[in-house]
Amino acid sequence: MLNFSRWAVAGILLPLLIGILCAVPSFLPDNVVQKLPQSLQTRVNLGLDLSGGSHLLLEASTQDVARQRLTNMEEQVRTELRRGGERIAIGDISSRDGKLSFMVRNPAQVDAAVERIRPLTQGAGLTGQRDFNVEVVNSSTIVITPTDAGIDNAVKGAMEVATEVIRKRIDEMGTREPTIQQQGSNRIVVQVPGLQDPKALKDLLGQTAKLEFKLVDTTANPSEAVQGRAPVGSEVLPYPDNPSGVPVIAVKRQVMVSGEELTDATQGFDQNNQAIVNIRFNGSGGRKFGQVTSQNVNRPFAIILDGKVLSAPNINEPILGGSAQISGNFTVESANQLAIALRSGKLPVALTVVEERTVGPQLGADSIRAGLLASLIAVVAVAAFMFVSYGRFGIYANLAVTINVLVILGVMGMLGATLTLPGIAGFVLTIGTAVDANVLIYERIREERRRGRGVVQAIEFGYKEASRTIFEANVTHAIAGGIMLALGSGPVKGFAIVLLIGIATSVFTAVTFTRLLAARWLRAKRPTEIHI
Amino acid sequence: MKLLKLVPDNTNIGFVKLRHWAFALTALLTVLAVGATAYRGLNLGVDFVGGLMIEAKFDQPPKLDQVRSTIDRLGVGDGSLQQFGDPRTVQIRLPLPEQGGAGAANAVVEKARNAMSAQFPGVTFSRYDTVSGKVSGELIRNGVLAVMLAVIGIAVFSWFRYEWQFGVSTFVAIMHDVLMALGFFAVTQLEFDLNIVAAVLTIVGYSINDKMVIDDRIRENMRKYRKMDMKSLIDLSVNETLPRTVMTSVTIMLALGALLLFGGHVLRGFTAAMMLGIIVGTYSSVYVSSSLLITLGLTPQMGERKGGKSGLAAQAERVGPRDDGARP
Repeated sequence: MLNFSRWAVAGILLPLLIGILCAVPSFLPDNVVQKLPQSLQTRVNLGLDLSGGSHLLLEASTQDVARQRLTNMEEQVRTELRRGGERIAIGDISSRDGKLSFMVRNPAQVDAAVERIRPLTQGAGLTGQRDFNVEVVNSSTIVITPTDAGIDNAVKGAMEVATEVIRKRIDEMGTREPTIQQQGSNRIVVQVPGLQDPKALKDLLGQTAKLEFKLVDTTANPSEAVQGRAPVGSEVLPYPDNPSGVPVIAVKRQVMVSGEELTDATQGFDQNNQAIVNIRFNGSGGRKFGQVTSQNVNRPFAIILDGKVLSAPNINEPILGGSAQISGNFTVESANQLAIALRSGKLPVALTVVEERTVGPQLGADSIRAGLLASLIAVVAVAAFMFVSYGRFGIYANLAVTINVLVILGVMGMLGATLTLPGIAGFVLTIGTAVDANVLIYERIREERRRGRGVVQAIEFGYKEASRTIFEANVTHAIAGGIMLALGSGPVKGFAIVLLIGIATSVFTAVTFTRLLAARWLRAKRPTEIHI
Repeated sequence: MKLLKLVPDNTNIGFVKLRHWAFALTALLTVLAVGATAYRGLNLGVDFVGGLMIEAKFDQPPKLDQVRSTIDRLGVGDGSLQQFGDPRTVQIRLPLPEQGGAGAANAVVEKARNAMSAQFPGVTFSRYDTVSGKVSGELIRNGVLAVMLAVIGIAVFSWFRYEWQFGVSTFVAIMHDVLMALGFFAVTQLEFDLNIVAAVLTIVGYSINDKMVIDDRIRENMRKYRKMDMKSLIDLSVNETLPRTVMTSVTIMLALGALLLFGGHVLRGFTAAMMLGIIVGTYSSVYVSSSLLITLGLTPQMGERKGGKSGLAAQAERVGPRDDGARP
């Protein structure tokens, strides 16, 4: 064990050196690090509990997605069967229990109806399953059932779009370095460091921003509308700011133009200095809007956001330029928020905040200070204790621990891992356990010396025998750490990352590196007695 | 220079002889811990029960009654207050509004902030968490699952690596450590949150580490001294590893002590749990898990069967145990 070849020495020292160098950027101020090339910016990210900021967990309702799909399907079926040479009359259409069912009036047309509905379904998943099953029951009723694969697919698609929309919205807010990640099948984690008041963010993310323009049904009787009854082809929608005092309004079901045909939205003011949102339609949207407004001069239309009517202005003249304004009871802030939401597109599914954690920057800074102080004191205390217990070998162990701490930081920087407050606790614990390997080795050397072995042989035996134990002990530790990483959330994960990296690096520094130091000393001095 | 030795050379304590006392004490403590947990319950944090937690920092130490009446006047449900860390910091817990989701929780925070600012100028909310019931249910499930998996996983590992007796004795000792930690939180009513789950897992990892070292030595001695009876062999192994056991516990306690005193209030519960775990874990390694091997019927001859690991120990010349008195 005393002979380390030149290559072995290089093989031990080089990785340690790289690890230490990677730790350096974490200690440099921001402006210096930004000048470094990207690949050298190996910095440990600070978790929200240290930097301050907000963590939000958003959840989409899968039932919501399923319901929407069914509504779309109903829409498609109606259009398809009404279209073309052979119209198929249907009735009793209902979407209950997550299924869509309807009756074909003329039993002779059932097969033709199925023929025409089938192409509306799509393949889902790899097994050749369709996203909807189409069946005929009681010879005249057609039942369309969404398959699980179909729903999964739809949820997946909706989540991808939702993640993208959220990213756009947060970018528009101008916050720095947000993390937006999908988690599980229907959740999105949003982390925004440095954000002090997440209220605006949550309001923004809580909006689906589904914008529609529909004509107001002026034939409807307001007293019936209050009871939720509307003429055929119309529906009753809430209208909280209705000047007439009735909180609802009846509008035509048919959509004039929807928010999907917007190209831009900005906050502005109208002639009364009231905050509004200016919108601009794309080509086809502008044409449609122009057409409908020309045909309905002097009639009101409703501006509907997320199923609620914002305002119902009168069409004074045809609006042909492809731009319009959305008026409503806005403040400058809420108008600006709506503009951002409209620009980034509508969320395909409504999201609710199921978990929120916000840490003020002051507490974060206090935590860092306290964590650093505690780590420093821990290192000094452990180092002093190791020195009085093992003398020269204690110094080797201390050197190893110091390098270990730097290498852990370096590895975390390379992996882009995040340091959290529990992570700092993980550090302190690693300092404690890393010396355990050295304690095992040194105690074994003491034992072997007592049994009468020579210096060199005792050291050799100490390292070899203790290495096995150290390996086993670390495997068990790693099992616990791995489980924490897999099952833990937030703080537990941050702790597990440091623990796992620490296990890997500490075996190397505490065993291999100290062995190299001990071997060099033995070769140089050839002692006949050791103080250990 | 004279080096420090916490455990003198040739220490030979008859741990095995004490095992019936140790088992009785362990059983008693475990029953007490389980009883305390069942009777008093754990002070579960918002992570596990859902709700709203606000940590408010005041300019001057506030009167808790005043803070309480301010919160009660909001009419947002039963609040509970706790001084946290220094006297200027108060933790306020409120139930999550039943309806309205995120917006409603926000409104509660805003309401509380306004009311508190009016009463106590200069107050700031240094952090707040809101966790919905659904998420908290998952967190609790994952937490319990993580601890159980860790304990079982490690027990299975030591069963495959050695004889089944080692797996069982480790399992029993670890369960004892975990239950003691729970009992500690039940008695002190310190808040039990996600961080504490990490602490419990670490206790499991650490305690295992301790047992592994002793088990490994028992295995080694089983191969070395085939004729020695199990009681002396286990005493020998525990005593041989005692200096290491004590040294390591002391270094880790030093590190944790620094964390407890200087690491800030957020980590205090975490550190306290870990310190207790180290003490309990060390105790169960030395007094319980190794002696349990005898009760479980481990004999030195068993070392032969799984003798896959040759290595130095197997080839080593038979150097006698350092204390001949330990031989039968």
